Amino acid sequence: MTVTSPNGDSSAKELATQHGLVSASKIPGLGDYIKSTWRRKDFVAELADARSTQQYSDSLLGRIWQLITPLLNAAIYYLIFGVLLGTSKGIENFTAFLVAGVFVFNFMQVTVTAASASIPKNDRLIKAIHFPKLVLPLATVVQQIQQYAVSLIVLVVIVLLTGEPLTLMWLTLPLVLAMQILFTTGFALILARWGARSRDINQLLPFFTRTWRYVSGVFFSITIFTATMPAAVGTALLLNPGAVYIDLVRDSLMVTESSDPIIWIMGAVWAIVFFVVGLVYFYRGEKKYVN
Amino acid sequence: MSTNNLSTSKIPTVVVDDLNIKYRVILGANTGSAAGALRSLVSGKAPSQVVKSVHAVKGVSLTAYEGDTIGLVGRNGSGKSSLLKAVAGLLQPSSGDVYTASQATLLGVSGALNKSISGNRNITLGGLAMGMSREEVEAIRQQVIDFADIEEFIDMPMGTYSSGMQARLRFSIAAARQHEILLVDETLSTGDTEFRARSQAKIRELSGAAGTVFVVAHGHAMIREVCNRSIWMDKGVIKMDGETNAVLDAYEADVAEKKAAKEAKDKDK
Repeated sequence: MTVTSPNGDSSAKELATQHGLVSASKIPGLGDYIKSTWRRKDFVAELADARSTQQYSDSLLGRIWQLITPLLNAAIYYLIFGVLLGTSKGIENFTAFLVAGVFVFNFMQVTVTAASASIPKNDRLIKAIHFPKLVLPLATVVQQIQQYAVSLIVLVVIVLLTGEPLTLMWLTLPLVLAMQILFTTGFALILARWGARSRDINQLLPFFTRTWRYVSGVFFSITIFTATMPAAVGTALLLNPGAVYIDLVRDSLMVTESSDPIIWIMGAVWAIVFFVVGLVYFYRGEKKYVN
Repeated sequence: MSTNNLSTSKIPTVVVDDLNIKYRVILGANTGSAAGALRSLVSGKAPSQVVKSVHAVKGVSLTAYEGDTIGLVGRNGSGKSSLLKAVAGLLQPSSGDVYTASQATLLGVSGALNKSISGNRNITLGGLAMGMSREEVEAIRQQVIDFADIEEFIDMPMGTYSSGMQARLRFSIAAARQHEILLVDETLSTGDTEFRARSQAKIRELSGAAGTVFVVAHGHAMIREVCNRSIWMDKGVIKMDGETNAVLDAYEADVAEKKAAKEAKDKDK
């Protein structure tokens, strides 16, 4: 009853390869996968932009919130930690110190959190069109970089207003940001794969990021704070990627803060390790994002 | 042209080789309350989910050739849509494989790609996702809008569209590009008569251009008109594969027979 290939003698697979047909479920090699993602860079930009528009579409002030939100954040942290709790002890320019910490950390926190939902959120698109799923977390990262750029402009203004001079160290800022973005992208890719597998990750993530924020010296100096604790504790806190990138941005923009060379090395190490691991890890899960 | 128009002169575009698709459907956790969840946590037992495994496609094999327009018929849940999704690479086979000459495009019932952005931006998103460049998207934009006939709504969020309008736009976005392999799943049943006629013309144009088209539609008149070959699927297997009128006649006779049997049974009660 069932009529299949008229070429009854040659197997289906042979017929397919003979005519150069390719398996529809086959995932390309990592190189081709990256290339086909790169070809869709406009798609990444469009997705990022569509999401930003969407995020503010219901508010009267629209994208002005991109400016107001970081300012309000900084003001609240200043009030609580600078004025009420007095964690500013021993820090010369606490305002700039705090704002740098808040903005630099928020970029990482918001990006990895949003990336963890990037696969389930784009369910409709995934079910409709075949494309490398890498574009989805990447679009999240791009969207957050746009937001971060606004925050950084605010940061620079605050740093200058609080009396920090323009120095040659400012030239290292692009390098610091490049390292931070690579690290964050890699981390975002790892969480994107976890988030695709189970929704539980979204419930747990806030606890993780809050802890991470507290140990990264966003609103206090790790060196001063851990002075009375075993040396290992202070070192561990200082070398965690959150603290590293906050420290490096402060080092770039403020003469009153300086980083140990080991922090610069760790900045590069975290960037490369997380980016490579994240990329490979996300790529290996490609088959799992469709079902 | 060779007189032998059998396999030797036909070029295969889609080869489905002993395809099996199973997927798990989570029907929800057994314990509906927080207390129940806590109890299962304390007792150390995993919260038992009611998971049902659906064997949607069972060992299907078929070969489609250049110029084929194939209708797929069968009851709901017979595996038609799953088969198309696997051909488009949107579902992973449990075993077996699907080979295609190029990336197949699925035109599904899912309306908007993104409901909260405008139709215009959905055109951009869809085009770019299919791998077009921005220039290519701009080149087809007006053509897509005209074909979908939604000029006055194009800047409104797609969530405000009727389902028919959404389906029209989705069809138009995908059809604007030249596809070697196009898979049409039920989309046409949502449009109005006039759009249905236009999309049928488009399908014929695409299959005429050495392409291969698979069509799933409830309307058999449409399948009889555009498809040169049809496949009847039943409970995940191919029940019949051949010339459209023969397959549809057999399928319709079977449906009528089952319906009559059911009515007779109901009367007995």
